[in-house]
Amino acid sequence: MRGRAVVMTLYLLFLLLPIYWLVNMSLKTNTEITSGLTLWPETITFDNYVKIFTDASWYSGYINSLTYVAINTVLSISLALPAAYAFSRYRFLGDKHLFFWLLSNRMAPPAVFALPFFNLYSAVGLFDTPWAVALAHCLFNVPLAVWILEGFMSGVPREIDETAAIDGYSFPRFFIKIFMPLIASGIGVAAFFCFMFSWVELLLARTLTSVDAKPIAATMTRTVSAAGMDWGLLAAAGVLTIVPGALVIWFVRNYIAKGFALGRV
Amino acid sequence: MNKTVNQKAWFLVLPVFVVVAFSAIVPLMTVVNYSVQDTFGNNQFFWNGVGWFQELLDPSTELGGRFFDALWRNLAFSAVILAIEIPLGIVVALSMPRHGWTVAFSLVVMALPLLIPWNVVGTIWQVFARGDIGLLGWVVNHLGVAYNYVLDPASAWITIVVMDVWHWTSLVALLCYAGLKSIPDAYYQAARIDGASRLAVFTTIQLPKMRRVLLIAVLLRFMDSFMIYTEPFVLTGGGPGNATTYVSIDLVKLALGQFDLGKAAAMSIVYNLVILAVCWVFYTVMVNADAEKKEVEA
Repeated sequence: MRGRAVVMTLYLLFLLLPIYWLVNMSLKTNTEITSGLTLWPETITFDNYVKIFTDASWYSGYINSLTYVAINTVLSISLALPAAYAFSRYRFLGDKHLFFWLLSNRMAPPAVFALPFFNLYSAVGLFDTPWAVALAHCLFNVPLAVWILEGFMSGVPREIDETAAIDGYSFPRFFIKIFMPLIASGIGVAAFFCFMFSWVELLLARTLTSVDAKPIAATMTRTVSAAGMDWGLLAAAGVLTIVPGALVIWFVRNYIAKGFALGRV
Repeated sequence: MNKTVNQKAWFLVLPVFVVVAFSAIVPLMTVVNYSVQDTFGNNQFFWNGVGWFQELLDPSTELGGRFFDALWRNLAFSAVILAIEIPLGIVVALSMPRHGWTVAFSLVVMALPLLIPWNVVGTIWQVFARGDIGLLGWVVNHLGVAYNYVLDPASAWITIVVMDVWHWTSLVALLCYAGLKSIPDAYYQAARIDGASRLAVFTTIQLPKMRRVLLIAVLLRFMDSFMIYTEPFVLTGGGPGNATTYVSIDLVKLALGQFDLGKAAAMSIVYNLVILAVCWVFYTVMVNADAEKKEVEA
């Protein structure tokens, strides 16, 4: 009993230490950061945060990132819902191969796709828009959403489908009115993971944007200037990228474990 | 569940098929197209057949040597990662508190690293591990250990491994925890009546119940560590020298840095095939395990 608590405490400390250090640095001035190691900021300054929230080239990075993440999540879920239903209820020509092919895209290295995506989205005129990144992220998020939703849908007995059909529900009405509420938690879990993987990805997001749709993660590289690193600003930007994730986790905290198990992620 | 045969189900799958095909097949065709051609710039391409592939798969050439170096380096990295994260994840999952507010607290803290953008993970460790301004680097240096991840290959390797453990062990732990939660209390009570030892409970009840999630954990951790790009790119940029240049980093250098399209495309295809082969083996094992389980239950 005691041993378990010790292991857990040590592990959580290990997870929190680097984050504590980032927060600590973001509240210091650059002179304090470079002049010596202090475990706590001597004078707390919010200048780094103020700069990010007042400079359009900084905060637009957050808006761009959140825009393509939102588009991608909505797109992935709405495409995956009917497909997952088909996989969970019917057998059809090539279903197993199709399922494996979808999954294999989740396993494809983004590095392989960076250059062809650049050509493709430039050719269709989507380059440097949130849509390009949102569509590119569909490559791994749609298969993931199909996989998660299929797992949840298979847990719903098909007698429900049949009863609804006898009661005179048309398929779209049955699907929206009866079926979707039954797998609401599954949709939540799938949306959570789509958000997560689109939010953390940088390689494709950076390759497919230049100015207008630049994600915050790419903006962060700007802190390297002729005058050296602006460590405080970099740390503050880093802290702010953790916030949306932390908020999402807080809302789904009671479903995390269940989601990981059922969602087979 | 018995599924009925219904070819019309294809219409439900069609939107997914179109979108994924658009973002998977079209780019792959481009890659295949590049891989058999050579260019001297000006958008003039020449047929090169399987020339790039021959060069790539022959370790004595410059390209092949570079590829195999990165490949072995990456496989070694994945092996180290699996050897650390899987056992550690299991231990953490077994150590999770059973009830009270500490459960939610632990879950939130554990999930936190998973939702940090990957380049920020690199940045966090960049500032944390620096000798002058980072807590970790400063402490290690003051303990008398020479440690500098910018100049010393061994330090760079250790930093990247520790960073990955920090970043991803929680995923393994959460998966295992979910597996453990699905074990009914009756199993433990029966074990207590039988006087089973802690070890026996682990090997005969907990481990078999976690088999499926563990398989998924191994699969995911292998894939993602084999595709790792952003974190080492931010932290070390593949250096010092080529010490931490994994396959993805090498590939991006070749494709977007040098614009060696033919070579990069050939490398992409071989790289993708390696991953696909491993993925297929895992998938088959998993499906077979499921089928076995169903037979036992039936």
